Amino acid sequence: MKLTGSQILFKALHAEGVDTIFGYPGGSVIDLYDEMYRQEGIQHYLVRHEQGAVHAADGYARATGKTGVCLVTSGPGATNTVTGIANAYADSIPVVILTGQVPTHMIGKDAFQEVDITGITRPCTKHNFLVRTVEDLGRNIREAFHIARSGRPGPVLVDIPKDILQATLEEEKISMAVNLPAEPSRESIDGACAEAISLIKASRRPVIFVGGGILRGKAVSELRTFVDAVNAPVTASLMGLGAFPGTDPRWLGMLGMHGTYYANMAVSHSDLLIAVGVRFDDRVTSKVAEFAPNARIIHIDIDPVSINKIVKAHVSIISDCREALQRLNTMAGGRVLLSEDQTRDWLDQITKWKRAVPLGYCRSDKIKPQCVIEKLYELTKGQAIITTEVGQNQMWAAQFYHFDYPDTFISSGGLGTMGFGLPAAIGAQVAFPDRTVVDIAGDGSIQMNIQELATAVHYNLPVKVVILNNSFLGMVRQWQEMFYGKRYSQTHMKQTLDFVKLAEAFGAVGLRATKPEEVEDVLRKGLETPGVVMMDFQVEPEEQVYPMVSPGAALTDMKLGNLRQEAD
Amino acid sequence: MSMEEHTITILVKNEPGVLSRVAGVFSGRGYNIKTLCVAPTANPEISRITLTSNADADFTEKIKKQLDKLVDIVDVLDYTGERFLKREMMLLGLKITPGRHAEALQALNTLGCRIVAMRPDYYIIETSGSRSENDAVFQYFQTFDVEMMNRTGCIAIPLNPKNDPE
Amino acid sequence: MDIKESVISILASNKPDVLARIAGTFSGRGFNIDSITANITRDPRITKILITTHGDQDTIIKIEKQLNRLVDIHQVTDLTSLGLPLREMMLIRMPMTGENQDKIMEIVDRYRGEVIETGAGYGVLELAGNKEDMDNAFAALEQLGIDDFARTGSITL
Repeated sequence: MKLTGSQILFKALHAEGVDTIFGYPGGSVIDLYDEMYRQEGIQHYLVRHEQGAVHAADGYARATGKTGVCLVTSGPGATNTVTGIANAYADSIPVVILTGQVPTHMIGKDAFQEVDITGITRPCTKHNFLVRTVEDLGRNIREAFHIARSGRPGPVLVDIPKDILQATLEEEKISMAVNLPAEPSRESIDGACAEAISLIKASRRPVIFVGGGILRGKAVSELRTFVDAVNAPVTASLMGLGAFPGTDPRWLGMLGMHGTYYANMAVSHSDLLIAVGVRFDDRVTSKVAEFAPNARIIHIDIDPVSINKIVKAHVSIISDCREALQRLNTMAGGRVLLSEDQTRDWLDQITKWKRAVPLGYCRSDKIKPQCVIEKLYELTKGQAIITTEVGQNQMWAAQFYHFDYPDTFISSGGLGTMGFGLPAAIGAQVAFPDRTVVDIAGDGSIQMNIQELATAVHYNLPVKVVILNNSFLGMVRQWQEMFYGKRYSQTHMKQTLDFVKLAEAFGAVGLRATKPEEVEDVLRKGLETPGVVMMDFQVEPEEQVYPMVSPGAALTDMKLGNLRQEAD
Repeated sequence: MSMEEHTITILVKNEPGVLSRVAGVFSGRGYNIKTLCVAPTANPEISRITLTSNADADFTEKIKKQLDKLVDIVDVLDYTGERFLKREMMLLGLKITPGRHAEALQALNTLGCRIVAMRPDYYIIETSGSRSENDAVFQYFQTFDVEMMNRTGCIAIPLNPKNDPE
Repeated sequence: MDIKESVISILASNKPDVLARIAGTFSGRGFNIDSITANITRDPRITKILITTHGDQDTIIKIEKQLNRLVDIHQVTDLTSLGLPLREMMLIRMPMTGENQDKIMEIVDRYRGEVIETGAGYGVLELAGNKEDMDNAFAALEQLGIDDFARTGSITL
């Protein structure tokens, strides 16, 4: 029997266990959509913009740990995915992007809706393929999935010319065997792990710093065991939130530009920094020369490129985080590496820092955005999956929602993509239809992919959107206030948009709170109302995110606003 | 469509990213670059790229014109269908067993190869010529133990003076 | 740190986009390519690419790591430390008339080169050797009027 390219593609997707696709049809993929009409076992979600498709697949991948899949047509369909691809690349999220392409004989002739998408995405994909023959198709799809999820995960794009979807091939000639060059062999990590253990034993002021690698590498329980053995406080990058319980007494909160005072102080005064699954983003290190100046650094990461890229490691363990932590835990043999006596002074010092400058905010007669997040945390009992947009809303979510569970904080870290949160929430809700999924948004960023509200309503995905509406592009405004003499150039949105009516126009429920006393009721009602709800919280317009490390300054050089409680 | 080998010389500004753009023109249209040489010219601001690619009859339309459009490209010379010389250089690392020195030296001489470095049990030899000549040399030394082989891409020079660059 | 010339040898799948990926890895991260030469190996599915670049030791290690990340790359080796001879080849076409022929032949002999083609009033020379010799030979011949020339990048074993 002969199969068409479209049928082969579905066969490969089935073989990969794909049951969910986010996509948007068009001329180059019409054969594929025609085949989809007959296929069973795959649910397709029709988004409203191709960027939304990638973000949704990305959110789905982050929430489940599986590989997200999206499908778009050639030309503008493909170029609209680029931001989403770059976003997944920056945060190491496994996503496979299937793009249609004009027929092979038209490539290079500036055909209608032709674009060199493999050329365009080469620097922002882990790998990409232009499928050359129908014989290659099944194999290339399998290879794309293999690459996307192996090692340090990332997006992989497969560009499929229309004639290849239409071509046929005898079933027995279809090969789906992955045929890729072997990855460079790795040195044994035993030596480095033993060195790490001796550094830990010699340390008196250790800090464990974790990132997205713990979540991508599914190393959460190994991390817990390791923290018990080291007896050290734990901080995380934005990408690492949820890797360690946010309510554990050893938790320091986030590190970096908007990290907590005590996390930044602890890292800056530590004598040993154990960095696991991180890449030392500049939002974490700030001034590299003064980052953890007194510390020996143990760096565990799966990507050799991350090692010694920004921060020199004294011991580097190039490995999957889970494997490395398992090895270290085995070497520790269930005993503590550092006793409570040995770290008591250090933990006491950290407690002092925590008391001196806790996270907080001043109440006023206007709604404080931080208060909205705190209430949301209380009402959801910390059980919600939170997605965010980018900017102040994202930082407040990171600071005031205490993430106890992995894969519950879904946010655009590396690329900082406004418009990520809503489609990502849709992806997460698709994966977990019964859980509460909340997009914490600003009034600026929610408008960047607002069209996806239609997708949520279409599929009855009961996503809740919490807009912290300050009528400003708040984070840029904050910089303008702090560093540009309050010249609010093009950051005031003069928000005339009625978000309640907008929600209703989409067929969703819209709610609004304008006073502090309305916050709890609106949140409660919003969370209880079935279906898609958009809540507009009109908040203090000129609220700042504190602490803030000035760009390029040392982590100890923090602007604290009114956070300081007592002299330390 | 019939596939033939095209040899193209491209003079480019010696700036980061140029090679990536040139390679992108080929890969975006599915053409494989078979051999490649990039080296500076007498003018340090200009590099010369010589490449060969298997391509169909559309090649000039699809590739040459696209290359011409790249901002950093000074000139594109397609030697296909002209008289030109095309040569490449090859280095071989040969393990020589004690009894075979004379035989090896004799062969080197006959085949016009040069010795670049020599130890009692190991020669590094160099030869240059057309690809088929180099293939033949390589074939011959297969009777010895060829431990390593590296070859440059092709470089080409036209014999028809009207095609002079500059 | 010391800036030095390095030769990186890459074994990669012989596919259309491999060079674009490698070139993009260099240009996207601001690494320099001084010369590059690529040719197929004994196994026609595999291309060997030799790149000469310069940078300090840290930079070279970063380049190697970035290249190792590319899916179609089988092996990356820094050949520099092996201290092997770096060789390159050039072709030069120039006028050859009675008067300058002796001078040209003297230079060609000095660098163990060869005249590989002669035509009406011109000849094509082939010279191979290390970079310094090639630079010197080129400078000497340039005095006598070069029409056209092409040069490979450096290779080593």
